[in-house]
Amino acid sequence: MVSTRENTVSAQALPAKGRSPWADARRRFFRNKAAMMGLVILVFVALFAIFGGYAAQWSNEELDYNVMGQVAELGGPSFETGHYFGTDDLGRDLFARTVQGTQISLAVGVVGAIIACVVGTLYGATAGYAGGRIDGLMMRLVDIFMAVPYMFVLILLLVMYGRSITILFVGIGLISWMEMARIVRGQTLSLKGREFVEAARATGVAAPVIILRHIVPNLMGVIAVYVTLLVPLMILTESFISFLGLGIQEPLTSLGALISEGAGTIAYGTTWQLGFPLLFFCLTLFGFFFVGDGLRDALDPKDR
Amino acid sequence: MNVTRTLASSVLALSLAWQAQAANVPDGVTLAENQTYTFWLLDAIKSMDPQINTDAEGSDVLRNLFEGLYNEDEKGGLVPGVALEHEVSEDGKTYTFKLRDNAKWSDGAPVTANDFVYAWRRLADPATASEYAWYMELMQVENASAVVAGDMAPDELGVKAVDEHTLEVKIDAPMPYFPQMLVHASTFPVPQSVIDANGDNWTRAGTLVGNGAYTLVEHQLGERVVMEKNDTYWDAEHTVLQTVIALTINDVNQGLTRYMAGELDRVDMPAGQYPRMEKEYPDQATSVPYNCSYIYMLNVGEKGPEALKDVRVRKALSYAIDRDIIVDKILQGGQHPSYNWTHWATAGFEIPDIEYADWTQPERLEKAKELLTEAGYGPDKPLSLRLQYNTSEDHKKIAIAASQMLKQIGVNLTLDNYEWKVHTDRMQSQDFDMARYAWCGDYNEASTYLDLMASYSGHNNGEFFNDDYDAVIKDSKTAEDPLPLYQKAEMILADEMPIIPLYHYAKVFMLKEDIKGWPLDNLNQSWYAKDLYRVAE
Amino acid sequence: MFSYILKRIAIAIPTLLVLIVISFVLMHAAPGGPFTAERELPPEVMANLNAKYGLDDPLWKQIGTYVWNIVSAFDFGPSFVYKDRTVNEIIAQGFPITLTYGLISFVLAVLVGVTLGVAAAIRHNSMLDYIAVGMSIGAQVLPNFVMAPILVLVFTLWLGWLPGGGWQGPEYWILPVIALSTSFMASIARITRSSMLEVLTSNHIRTARAKGLPERRVILRHALKPAMLPVISYLGPAFVAMITGSVVVDIYFSTGGIGKAFVDSALNRDYAVMMGVTILVGALTIFFNLVVDILYGWIDPKIRY
Repeated sequence: MVSTRENTVSAQALPAKGRSPWADARRRFFRNKAAMMGLVILVFVALFAIFGGYAAQWSNEELDYNVMGQVAELGGPSFETGHYFGTDDLGRDLFARTVQGTQISLAVGVVGAIIACVVGTLYGATAGYAGGRIDGLMMRLVDIFMAVPYMFVLILLLVMYGRSITILFVGIGLISWMEMARIVRGQTLSLKGREFVEAARATGVAAPVIILRHIVPNLMGVIAVYVTLLVPLMILTESFISFLGLGIQEPLTSLGALISEGAGTIAYGTTWQLGFPLLFFCLTLFGFFFVGDGLRDALDPKDR
Repeated sequence: MNVTRTLASSVLALSLAWQAQAANVPDGVTLAENQTYTFWLLDAIKSMDPQINTDAEGSDVLRNLFEGLYNEDEKGGLVPGVALEHEVSEDGKTYTFKLRDNAKWSDGAPVTANDFVYAWRRLADPATASEYAWYMELMQVENASAVVAGDMAPDELGVKAVDEHTLEVKIDAPMPYFPQMLVHASTFPVPQSVIDANGDNWTRAGTLVGNGAYTLVEHQLGERVVMEKNDTYWDAEHTVLQTVIALTINDVNQGLTRYMAGELDRVDMPAGQYPRMEKEYPDQATSVPYNCSYIYMLNVGEKGPEALKDVRVRKALSYAIDRDIIVDKILQGGQHPSYNWTHWATAGFEIPDIEYADWTQPERLEKAKELLTEAGYGPDKPLSLRLQYNTSEDHKKIAIAASQMLKQIGVNLTLDNYEWKVHTDRMQSQDFDMARYAWCGDYNEASTYLDLMASYSGHNNGEFFNDDYDAVIKDSKTAEDPLPLYQKAEMILADEMPIIPLYHYAKVFMLKEDIKGWPLDNLNQSWYAKDLYRVAE
Repeated sequence: MFSYILKRIAIAIPTLLVLIVISFVLMHAAPGGPFTAERELPPEVMANLNAKYGLDDPLWKQIGTYVWNIVSAFDFGPSFVYKDRTVNEIIAQGFPITLTYGLISFVLAVLVGVTLGVAAAIRHNSMLDYIAVGMSIGAQVLPNFVMAPILVLVFTLWLGWLPGGGWQGPEYWILPVIALSTSFMASIARITRSSMLEVLTSNHIRTARAKGLPERRVILRHALKPAMLPVISYLGPAFVAMITGSVVVDIYFSTGGIGKAFVDSALNRDYAVMMGVTILVGALTIFFNLVVDILYGWIDPKIRY
């Protein structure tokens, strides 16, 4: 559930040659069946998260007193009661809760991944561009940070300072920036010698501007792939945090929180409490994995 | 110290009737071959040292490894432990315990009055740094406070061995329920020689020497505790269970699954599962009253929100919460909805007539809205409060329900979930509006609850300072019949509403039908493995 | 190579120090302490406790004493919550347990994952490939806290084959290992498959095949080794993730491992145990990353240190 090197992008991931590398990549991506399926799934999940609320007959916090107390008997999925996905133990509509959970899980995943990427990219690009001793020092620091058991630190943070959505976003994001920093640094090193960077430097453009204007835009391919593959890992991390009871505060919820609630009570005949959130959880992860793999393949032509 | 009072002068000699000790197996019952009992623990046992232990689960184990002056019987009454009987002096301040001469430590040494003196001093001694040192103060043992504070040497504590088998305790003020306090694990004797020889390691399996009906055979922290019958125990003859095993399972639902798989003989029921299990396994599902009370504490002190300083608001909040839903639809385990603080089944206690307890919920809701409007809150001036609770599935559910119920009268409740330590810390620094709180009685008497709301109590985190209340509590300490005063105290709580009572606990659990002797009528649910036995099926 | 290892070990020391200081400060800044109890302790008792555990010293001095005790006597101090045990004892009891199921899971995940991945790659686009890919994707997204209760439900309650928890012998190892290893197995299978596919189309394999070497030999001798590179670089993070996963295993299977000890110590403010476990896990992570790097260099001699 931490960032894995599986998702690193090989050095060749840059659209290096060809007249129109992006168009090539796009064509490759759209030809990839798994990636297209992933995209369709993600669009579906996103639509569900955005518009699902309009289809719900209950709000996500109303208690259905008719069902409460007899959830196993009366709280199952049904069109008659308007609880399409059934209810949770308190008689709250699971459909509305799943919509809400999907929204939050997506937000945590995307925001976490973006934080990881922004921090990692800036750090890695700076180190790579500066080179020499600064580079050495910055990368040693990354080595040091890599050895910190982050899940532990995150647990500490959440336990000790109460659970706020901000800490969750930032904490999850900060777990994964080091990997990104390493990749970006490697890419930067190879970009540094290219003519357009040399030219910019020769005309006296300041280093931060070169990094932001010339280096980072050329890394967009890598970053896009990395973000896509990072999102599901962030969502998985959040679900683990929720399992520990340190996740999002009620009355908000996340897919992870819903799943861990549902998993606790599977033996009691309320399997829909696990099933529906888990379905959306898996769909979301599948979608991101497929799209991420597809992006990587598309931007990394050496495979085919 | 000058102790001149003779025993002859005491008029209040409480002699305990001899009762069947140990497992009370009726005639004609065939015992099972297998006399192993396996029970569930939610967490690892923090310490096996009676003076260091702080939690109820630890006490469950300690009651089997050690034996104090008195034990509890199946109804919660006192029965002889190491003490056979005691006498109280005329002024009610000196207790003299007669100890049995056949009590032995598991290494064969006799248990003497000195062992109690040592243990009690050890509890109060600053060097021990026991978190339960205050229990000596609660018991009002003479000089306890000074010893705990380090102002007096531990040997000045008001406890002494008159001879090998006579223990004398002096307390600061008469306290009718003093003997009841002696079943608490922190008062159990400990073997000085073993502790001197092994230091903090003395509680390891193999090293631990106790005077209880069982000895410690294995303790894998967070995994299991295994205890075997102790043959040197004075009543070993009547002890039936041979092996007692405690398994740590950190998840209630997992506990129930493993109980169903036959790995456990007893497990607590997760909330909401009782009706189903009761239907399917009527011989195993059990719900009995349990000595705890669940409330939302309101911060009426200086640091509390302005709104809660208005009694009308406090009452409105209390009225609007539908206890029946919490009890019947969320917990569903035989808990009682409550409108007062002291547990309904507490010995010698009767709940007074609290007016709003008899209203219907629509009536309460009506009244709540009225009060809130009167207090100046309404649609154009909505009331927003924070409700803080510690992490637990049940607390969460109740808090969510409460927030929906309060919404009906236009109160917005924000839920704040904190870990136990943070929750406690915030409460103790008055950093809350409404906070979930529960109290489990130390003993079966109303004062264990009512003392908590006195202005000088360390538990009164909501800073409810009421002179009348303090006076009533003070009078109750010396009253011949404290009940009317206890009821008066409850009435003050109902009038001032510094706390919102929600429900009185029930212990809801699954117990294999072939395990007999469980103390169902013991409100504290203190159980002794020596009283249990397994019958042949 | 040797100097590289030395250098890495030299970095390990400041790393651990940083870890100690961060955790120490975080921990002490948190609300509540190890002795925060429902019944607020009288100030004198609290003072006694703080004195006994050295909590009345200034923070820098506490950190100093702490580090000194570790360096000079390898003493991690007494537990604040399990008061009759020292941190050394708690770790000595819990760590072998975690290590046992962790190592078994690890080895199993690698063996099965690699085999499955290679098989899927060789039979690219066959039924086997699809099944392997499908299963591994499924296993990867199924959180282990969902799998653990299902395993207990099926194997303990319904089938009655295995104990649902505890740590008394090999039969108690099976469910924890399944719960812990599955998702890693799946990840490794996926990585192996894709890297194997890549290697199989590379020039040196084409050459080997052209030379007429038997397919079996081509795969085992020429393809497997380079295909392992991404798998090996995955092992470092996988190891860390496994330690995280051990929390779930400890909670659901009551194994008594250190994963649960860590979470408990954080919740109970058991400063000493929390520090001890954090340092242990930090040191292990450093060690493991080093091993991974050495392995990497061994397989791919192109890499220079």
